[in-house]
Order: sequence, then structure tokens, then C-alpha cells
Amino acid sequence: MKVLRNRLSSAFLVLLGASFITFTLARVIPNDPALAYIGPKATAAEAAKLRITLGLDQPIPIQYVKYLFQTLQGNWGYSLSTKQSVLQEITSRLPATLELITFAMGFALLLGITLGVYAAKYRGRFQDSVIRILAIAGVSMPAFWLGLLLQMLFAGRLAWFPATGEFDIELKYDHPITKITGFPIFDSIITGNYHATLNGLHHMILPALTLSAYSFGLLSRMARANLLEVMSQDHVKVARAYGLSERLIFFKLALRNALPPIVTVTGMSSAYLITGTFFVEQVYNWPGIGSFAVNSLLSIDYPAIMGITLLAAIGYLLINFIVDIIQSKLDPRVWLQ
Amino acid sequence: MKFLFKDKLTSVASLILLLFVTLAIFGPWIAPFPKEGAGASHVDNSYIGPGWHHLLGTDELGRDLLSRIIYGARPALFIALAVVGFAAIIGTLLGLIAGYRGGWIDNVIMRVSELFLSFPSLLLSLVAVTFLGPGLVNALIALIISWWPWYARLIRVEASIVKSKPYVEISAAMGVPGRTIVLRHILRNVTTPLIVQIAADLGTVILAAGSLAFIGLGSQPPSADWGLMVAQGRNLIFDQWWISTFSGLAIFLAVLAFNILGDALRDHFDPRIARQ
Repeated sequence: MKVLRNRLSSAFLVLLGASFITFTLARVIPNDPALAYIGPKATAAEAAKLRITLGLDQPIPIQYVKYLFQTLQGNWGYSLSTKQSVLQEITSRLPATLELITFAMGFALLLGITLGVYAAKYRGRFQDSVIRILAIAGVSMPAFWLGLLLQMLFAGRLAWFPATGEFDIELKYDHPITKITGFPIFDSIITGNYHATLNGLHHMILPALTLSAYSFGLLSRMARANLLEVMSQDHVKVARAYGLSERLIFFKLALRNALPPIVTVTGMSSAYLITGTFFVEQVYNWPGIGSFAVNSLLSIDYPAIMGITLLAAIGYLLINFIVDIIQSKLDPRVWLQ
Repeated sequence: MKFLFKDKLTSVASLILLLFVTLAIFGPWIAPFPKEGAGASHVDNSYIGPGWHHLLGTDELGRDLLSRIIYGARPALFIALAVVGFAAIIGTLLGLIAGYRGGWIDNVIMRVSELFLSFPSLLLSLVAVTFLGPGLVNALIALIISWWPWYARLIRVEASIVKSKPYVEISAAMGVPGRTIVLRHILRNVTTPLIVQIAADLGTVILAAGSLAFIGLGSQPPSADWGLMVAQGRNLIFDQWWISTFSGLAIFLAVLAFNILGDALRDHFDPRIARQ
């Protein structure tokens, strides 16, 4: 309990700090936010009036405290470009991004661990070096470039997958998805709208693969290294000497002990997944937070940017928290630290 | 320097890096169309596919893509060295102070660095460059803002380990001034982890700088910047595929070479980590 309380209070401090940094950065803006809001044609008097309504005329510490209270109350301000509530914009776009991240993580874990194990098995041989090159290519690949390449090859030349979007446009009329949780693919599954599910998955593959490349690279290297280390430990040697089957040794002894570092790396790569969505969503016109973030950055939409960074900090904390919980389940010593 | 050629992959990476360094230094003399590389447009030649005259084709303003990519090597390497260099200097200074002095200074420096690490570093750079205003120099500053904390934390840990070693404690007891201890004992002992970290970061910085430029927040046209060139070819990817493909390939190869060499360097200096 005490551990949990410490964690929560430090999480709160981190969020406070994150909000402080974004707020400070947003105050360095050279342009006048009020002008961005009403457009260049407005008169000076109109701008001055708006500055008062938006609270931009007050001293900065007061603005910050106000911002904090409003944020806690769920008032995240209004986007300058869409004029909608930032919180509303974010919550309506979050499901699309979360589904994308989930699939990307799934691909990365599946491919990363499988190939990592495979590389460990064929250590020092041809297969091992091919996988090593794939892994290092994965972490060196700009996501936006990989996205464009996959688009050109698999959507353009081969026409196996759609180039952009989350669903076909016609789907809205043919097989509309009933909104239950707001997560489109999940909703289509629970409502039995399999046409939409298949269509969604078809659209999901290229963006999710693009986003997964970096995590895949990290994971496969980590899985290989840890597996090799565990396999050389004494208890595994003894188990071998006793004549236990390789299969049993692998799943019961090796993989289980190699898991904690794999979970750590998964958490580490989450930072990349969060910013990776910016580029992947941009390339694939994905209607999620990432494309909203890029548009907000380009239009210096400061309430939206502050909302998005706060959300990213929360997401980052949450992922690290979940990683710690999984770690403690795998290795009870972790909680004591 | 033998480790730079210890196996096939590392040798290839060394050669790629050597190529990029050569291009960065001698680009204007190597590029087949130096004027176009520097930005002169030639509109009647736009969108020529890869061929004998233009090996990698031409872009929307009819500029030879190969020359543009060659010209892009200089800013790419410059930004990598500048960001990592400044981040390492700032981080090392703060890390040394924090690790050696301890106490409240240590606390303040570490809490501040934690703040900067509380969200994904690329996001911090993106937000910073947005508010600073797009451009190469601001992108540099934005990347340094999110990079120094890693160095500060690394050096602090190393410094506090070295500080408690008996020979350092004895020299302090003998009245050797703190500045001498920091420079002679501590700084020397942190150089290896510092070099390893710098090597590992160079590729990541090129990737991050390319990402900023791709979104439109880094270098601005007409500069020859790889990330910017990928963005310029983005909407043409199905027809004039060569623009984004080859510009992105340059980023990929540079990052790949730095990452492979970073690994080799780490194995060379610190076989302990390599075995893990």
C-alpha cells in the first residue's frame, strides 16, 4: 500500500512538472495566440477584447494556476483551429490511436519474440545474422519513410492493402458500426459486424506494421540476448543433464526468466510508439490523436498542444506503471525496491 | 581502430559512414549538378525518372535528386554532431556537479532532469520547436533541450561511483582541490561511458532531426535536407516514387551506419555490456 501511495504521489508530481514545462514552452510563443484565434483580419480592439476573454492579459503565474485548476476540472480549453473542446477532440480520437498502438505492439511482440528466439536457437549462423540485420534496420528506419515505402509497394504497386484511412468510405453506408465503446474495431466485433471488422483489419495492417518496426527491433535483440544468457545458467544445465525435454526447459525455465527484461523493453519502446503515431497517422491519414497532434503543432494551436502533451505524459506514466505491475507479477522482488 | 572492421556488417557500416563524411566535406565538388544541389531550379526538367543523365531522377523543381541528397549530407552530420556535442557538454557539466557535490545541488539537477524525461523526448522537441518557430537552428535547440538530461543522469551515476572509490577519497583527504579531482580522476573515468553514449546517440539524432523536418518544423525550403525532401515527395509517392524513396534511404543508411558502429564501439570499450 505504501509503495502504491509513493508511486501515485510521484506520478502526480511528474504530471505537475510536465504541465509546467508545456505551459512554459507555450508562453515562449512569439505569435499572439489571440490573433491566431480570430484570424489576421481582426482589429486591434477585437484582439484586446479576446485576450481578456481568454485570460491572456493576466500575469503568467496566475494563468498557470488557472490552467491547472481548469485542467483538473476537465476543462482543457478550446482548440484554436477546430474551435472544439480539446478534451472532446482528444477523447473522440483516442480510440483510433489506441487500436493502432495495440496492433503495433502485438505485431512487435509476436515478431520480435519469435525471431529473437529463433536467432538464439541458430546463434552465430546465417539465420542469426539475417535477424540481427532486420532488428538493427527496424530501429534505424524513419517511420514516415517506411510508411511511404509500404504504401507505395503494397497499396500502390501490388494493391493488396488500402493506402489510407481507418475504413473504406462506403462502409459508413453499407455496414455502419454501432458505437458502444468508441473503439471501432472492437465495437464491430462485439456487434457482430464482421464486414466492418475485416475492413478495419485490412486497413490496420500497413500502419500497424510501420509503427511496430522500432519496437520489433528492440524486442528481438533483447529476447535473443536474454534467452542466450538464461540458457547458459546452471539450473538450465542441470535440467538438461537430468534429461528434461528441450521443450520443457525452453518454456518453463528459459522463456519465463527471459520475460522481465522483455517487459522492460516493451515499456521503453512505448515512448517511441506514442510519438511514432504522429508520423504514421500523418502518412496513412489515420483519424487519431497523432494526426491531430501534427496539425495542432503546425498551426501553433497551443491549447490543443498542451492537451496532447499532457495526455502523452499521462499515457507514458500509465504504461510504465503497468510495466511495473507486470514485472512484480513475474518477479516478486521488484515491488520491494 | 580495428574494431571498425571487426566483421562484415561493421565494415559495411564504416564504409557507409566514410562515404557520408566525404560527401559532407567535398559535396560541392562531387555532386553532378552542384548548382541544382545548392537549390537552383530547372523547371523544364521536373519529375524526370531515374536514368543515365539523372541517376536518381529529378524533383518538382527539376533539380537533380542525387546532387540534392549529396548536399543534404552536410546538414545531417552537422546537426547530429552539434546536438550530441552540446547535449554531452551541458549534461556532463551538470552530471559532474551533481555527482561530485551531492546534497541539494544534486537533488535540484536530478529533479529538473526528471521533469524533462517525464514525456517522450521527441515529443518535447516537437513542442519546443513549434513554439521557438520552425528552422534548422531552432530544431537544434529543441533537440538539445530533450537530450541533455540523459547525459546528466549517466555522468552523475558514474561520477558518484568514482567519487567513493578509495583512491579518490584519499586524494580528497590529502587536500587535493575538488577541481583537480573532478578533472583528473572523475572526468577521465567517465569518458568511456560518455563516448559509448555519444556514438549510440548520433544515429538517433539524425532520425529525430529528419522527423522534425518531415513534419515541416525543421529545415525550411529551399535547403537540401533529407527529411524535408521526403516530405516534398510524400504526395507523389505513387508516381514520382524516387523523390521520397531515395531521400529517406539516405536517412536510413546514415542512421543504420551510426547504430551499427555505436554497437561496435560499445562492445569494444565495454565487453561487459556486450555479454549481457
